[in-house]
Amino acid sequence: MSGAADVEYTGVRELRGPLVVVEGVSGVGWDEFATISVGPGERRHGLVLEVDRDLAVVQVLEDTAGMDRTRTRVAFSGAPLRVPVGTGWLGRVCDGRGEPADGGPPVLGDTDAAVGGAPINPVRREPPNEPVLTGVAAVDVLTTLVRGQKLPVFSAAGLPHLELAVQIAAQAACAGEPFAVVFAGMGLTHADAAFVRTALAGRSAARDLVLLVNTADDPVIERLLTPRIALTVAEHLAFAQGRHVLVVMTDMTAYAEALREVSAARGETPARRAYPGYLYSDLASLYERCGRIRGRPGSVTVLPVLTMPAGDITHPVPDLTGYITEGQIVLSAEAHAAGAYPPVDPLASLSRLMRRGAGAGRTRADHPDVAAQLIAALARSRQVRELADLIGRPALSPTDLRHLDLADVFRERFLAQGATENRSLDESLDRAWEVLLTLPRSQLGMLPARLLDARRPPSADGTDRAGTP
Amino acid sequence: MTGPGAGLPGGEPGPAAVRHPGPRDAPARHGAAPRILRVCGPLVEMECPASVAMHDLVSLGAAGLPGEVVAVHGGTGTVQAYEYTGGLAPGQPAEPLGRPLSVALGPGLLGGVFDGLLRSLSGVGDLLLPGAGGVAPDGRTWRFAPRVAEGARVAAGDVLGEIGARVPLSLLVPPGRAGTVTAVAAPGEYRADAVLAEVAGCAVRMTQDWPVRRPRPAAGRLPADQPLHTGQRAVDLLFPVARGGTVAVPGGFGTGKTMLLQQIAKWCDADVIVYVGCGERGNEMADVIEELSELADPRTGGRLSERTVTIANTSNMPMMAREASVYTGATVAEYFRDMGLDVVVIADSTSRWAEALREFASRMGELPAEEGYPAGLASRLAAFYERAGPVRTLGGARGSVTVIGAVSPPGGDRTEPVTAHTERFVRCLWSLDRDLAYARHYPAVSWVDSFSRDASALAAAHALAGDPGWAGRRARVAGLLAEADRLADLVELVGVTALPPRERISVLAGRLLREAVVQQSALSPADAYSAPGKTTALVEAALQVIDRCLELVDGGTGADAVEAVDFTPLLRAREAAGPAGTAAVDRARDTVLDRLGRTA
Repeated sequence: MSGAADVEYTGVRELRGPLVVVEGVSGVGWDEFATISVGPGERRHGLVLEVDRDLAVVQVLEDTAGMDRTRTRVAFSGAPLRVPVGTGWLGRVCDGRGEPADGGPPVLGDTDAAVGGAPINPVRREPPNEPVLTGVAAVDVLTTLVRGQKLPVFSAAGLPHLELAVQIAAQAACAGEPFAVVFAGMGLTHADAAFVRTALAGRSAARDLVLLVNTADDPVIERLLTPRIALTVAEHLAFAQGRHVLVVMTDMTAYAEALREVSAARGETPARRAYPGYLYSDLASLYERCGRIRGRPGSVTVLPVLTMPAGDITHPVPDLTGYITEGQIVLSAEAHAAGAYPPVDPLASLSRLMRRGAGAGRTRADHPDVAAQLIAALARSRQVRELADLIGRPALSPTDLRHLDLADVFRERFLAQGATENRSLDESLDRAWEVLLTLPRSQLGMLPARLLDARRPPSADGTDRAGTP
Repeated sequence: MTGPGAGLPGGEPGPAAVRHPGPRDAPARHGAAPRILRVCGPLVEMECPASVAMHDLVSLGAAGLPGEVVAVHGGTGTVQAYEYTGGLAPGQPAEPLGRPLSVALGPGLLGGVFDGLLRSLSGVGDLLLPGAGGVAPDGRTWRFAPRVAEGARVAAGDVLGEIGARVPLSLLVPPGRAGTVTAVAAPGEYRADAVLAEVAGCAVRMTQDWPVRRPRPAAGRLPADQPLHTGQRAVDLLFPVARGGTVAVPGGFGTGKTMLLQQIAKWCDADVIVYVGCGERGNEMADVIEELSELADPRTGGRLSERTVTIANTSNMPMMAREASVYTGATVAEYFRDMGLDVVVIADSTSRWAEALREFASRMGELPAEEGYPAGLASRLAAFYERAGPVRTLGGARGSVTVIGAVSPPGGDRTEPVTAHTERFVRCLWSLDRDLAYARHYPAVSWVDSFSRDASALAAAHALAGDPGWAGRRARVAGLLAEADRLADLVELVGVTALPPRERISVLAGRLLREAVVQQSALSPADAYSAPGKTTALVEAALQVIDRCLELVDGGTGADAVEAVDFTPLLRAREAAGPAGTAAVDRARDTVLDRLGRTA
C-alpha cells in the first residue's frame, strides 16, 4: 500500500472512449483500483491500465459520459481490486460490479480477495473425476459435466441457450454434497435478466445461488469485471468453504466485445477480427480458474455460454474458447427448428473429462458404453440420412432404415425434455437404452453382451428383430 | 568427506538450486538503485545504467519480481516481467542483477515439475502468488563415482564422473573450462549443490547454471539418420522422425494434438523427455503428471516420470514466462544431450508461445507484420527449431535433441502465420485432420497433408539395421491410402458397385489399412504402444491380404464375394496382439487368407 488512497488527483489530461488519463500522480501501481468522483455525489470506478512516470491511464467501468477535466477527481486505492468474499453472497442479486440490485445492504464478507485471482499450481491440481448432474439428459448422458471442468455451451442467436443455462443452474447438484451456483450474466437484455431472476428465484431463496447481472444497457466495460467477481466469490466458496460451485457465465461473446472495445480505445495492434492478441490469455485467465485442489473438498466448475456470431465456429471467441475448455456442448439450429428442447447436437458435442467422471462408482456402470454406442449409432444415422437424400428411402437396406428412424426416436424419447424437468440420471440412461433397443442387437456391438442380455434377453424376442421384420 | 552433501572442502556453499531474484535472495540494494518509470502489464520501463546489458535480469519492486531487459534506448531500459505486475509503480526500485536469465541444470530435474523459469512447483503451495517463487532447498542426494584422478588433464565436455539417477548421468567439464583436475570428490552420496571436482582451480558442482537463450555448445552437428521410434504406427510407418529431427503438429481443437504428444512422451525410445506445457490447460497438465508417475518405463523398470522433466506454464500463468519456457526446455534438453543422451522436447503449444511474442511486441509498439505478429516471428521460430539436432558432443559422444512442437491454428486455418512459417522450418509435419478426428479415427494424422523429409535417410538406416523392405512398405501403404482417397470421392457420387473390380479392392484396401494399421487406440493397454516388429507384422499382414484380394478379382472372383469376407480378425489384430506381439497378427492374417481362399 502506498498510502495514495487519501490523495485525490485532479489533473485529468485526456478523456477518450472508456479511458481517462490522469497526470501528476505518484506511487500509483499498475492494475490498481481507482474511485472517480464526477461532480457532487457521483462516483465511478476504474482500473489502472498503464502508469508512465506521472501519468496514469484509467479504464472507467461506467463509461466516461459526463466527465470533464475540471470536476473529475481520481483517487487510487493502492492495490488491485479486491472484493469481500464469503457466504454473505449466497442468495443475493447484484449488478455486474457486485453492487446490490435486490434492495439489500452491500455484500460484506469476513475476508476479501483479489478479483484477478491467482493461478492454481498445476502440481496441486487434482484431476477432475466426479460428475455434476444437471438433470438434462443430453448433458448428463452424452457430455457429462465433471467437477472442476470447464465446459462451454456454443450457441447461435435465436437458440435457447439462456434457457438451458438457467435450467442447468437451477437443477445442478452433486449427489447431496454442499453445492452452490454463481450465475454471471453479461450483456443480458432486461427481459432475459428478468427471466433469469424468476427462474432461479427458488435456488436464490434456498441461499445457494449468487446472481450477478450486467444488462445490455449497463456500462460495457463493467462486463470485464463481472466474471472475475463471480469466480473470486466461487473460489472462496469452493476452496475455503468446501462447496462444489458451478459458475455459469453468459454471454462470453458480449464479454469479448467489451475487451475489444477497451483494446481499440487504447490503440492496440488488433489481431483476428480486431480482437486483441491477448484474447486467448484473457479468456484463459477466466476459464482456468476452474478445478480441484488436492486435499481440499470443494471444486469450481465453469460453464461459459457464448453465441457464435452468424453461427461461425471459427470465430475467435468460440475458437479460442474451444482451445482452452475441455470439450463443448453445441446447440444446433436444425434440432431447434425440429422443435426439440434442448437442441443439443450430440455429434458435435464432447466432454473430454467424461472418461474419468462417468461409469461405475461415479454415475452408473453401463453409462460409458451406452453413451459411446448412442453416439456411434447417431453418427451412422446421420450418414444414412445423407445416403437417403441421395438415393431415396426405398433403396435403403432394412438395417439402414432402422438407423434412419433412430434420429427421430432419439429426439423424441431422449433429447426432448421440459425446461423445468429435472430428469434423474437413471431415467435418462433408461431412455438411452430405449432408443438403442430400437436397433437390432447386431448393430449394438459396443455394448457388452451381459448388459444386452440384462436389457433384452436373446430368448425374449427370439429371432432378433433384425433383418426380417 | 564427512556426510552426504558435504562436497569438496573449500568450495563455498552455494545456493541450493535455481538462481533467481526472489524475496529471499535479492541482493542488497545500493544507495541509488535505478527506478521504475513505466508499467504496462508485463512491460516495464526503468532507468538504465550504461552497464546494463541486453537480456540481463532485473529484480523489480519490493517483491523482487524477475524481469529481463529486452531493449535499451538512451537511459531507458525496457524490461519484460515474468510475473504479474499488479501494484508495481513508477519510482519503485529496479535492480539490475548483472547476469542473464539462467537455469540450474542438475540431476534433480528428472521427475520434477517446474514453471517456465525452471523454478520447482513442488512444495510451493496451492496458488501461485507473484514474488513467491522461492526455491526450497533440495535435500535429495545422488550417488557420485569419479572417473578421473587428480592431476588428469581434461577439456570441456570430458566426463569427470558418473551420477547415479534412474537415467545414468555424467558430470562433465563445463563448456569453456579445461586444464588439470586439481581435486575430485570421493565416491559417495552428494546433494545437488555439492562441489564434486575442481578443474584448474574452478569448482565444478553437481548442478551448473546456464543462460537459457544461449545454445549449449557441441563439437559439431551430425547427419540425422537414426530413427526415433515413437510407438505410434501412423508416425513410425508413414512420417518417421529422426533422432535430432524437428516436428510440427498442427491441429485445430479437438483433433487430438495433446493426446498424440502425450503418447509420444510416454512411449518413444528417447532417454529423456522434456515436456513443455506452454500456455495449455491446467487439468491436462495435472493429468500428464499423474499418468507419467503411474506408468512403468518398459526399458528401465522405473516410472516414466523418472525420465521426464515437466515444465508447466499453463495458460493462466504469467504470459512472459511462457515466452521463456520453450528456451528453458531446450536448455534442459541440451544439458542431457551433452552427456550423450537422446532427448525429446515436446512443446505444447508453440502457438501460445508466439502469442506471448505478439503480446509483448504490441506493448513495445513494434510495427506489426502478419496478423499483428512481430516481423521477427519467422526467424524466432526458425532459431528455436534449430536448437534440435544430432550432435557430436564436446566430449566426443553422440547425443541428440528432437523437438516436437504443437501448433494451434486459429479456426483451423493453416495459412495463419505461425503454422505457415513453422511448416517451412521443420523436417516433419504431422498434420491432424478434423474430419478424421470427427470420424473417431485416432491418431488423426492426415496422410495427405503430412510430410517427413528424413524418410529416405531413415530408410537407409532401416536397411542397415536389417529391414531393407521398410521403404517399399511405406511407399506401398502411402500409395494405397492415396488411391483409396481418390476413389472415395468417386464412390460418393456413383456408389461402390459402379467401380471396376480392382478399384473396388482399392477402396477395400484403404479401409483395411486405415482400420487395421494406421488407427491406434491410446486408451488400450495392448495398442497404445506398437513395437517396430508389431508395426511391421501388421503392415505385412494387411498387404498380403490386399494382394490376395487383388489376385482373386484378377482371377475372376467377384468383388462382391471378396468384400463379403469377414476381415474382423485382421481389424482386431492390433488389439489382440500385445504391444510387441506378432504371433497373434500372423494368426489373424492366416485366418483371413484362409477365408479368402474359400471364395476362389
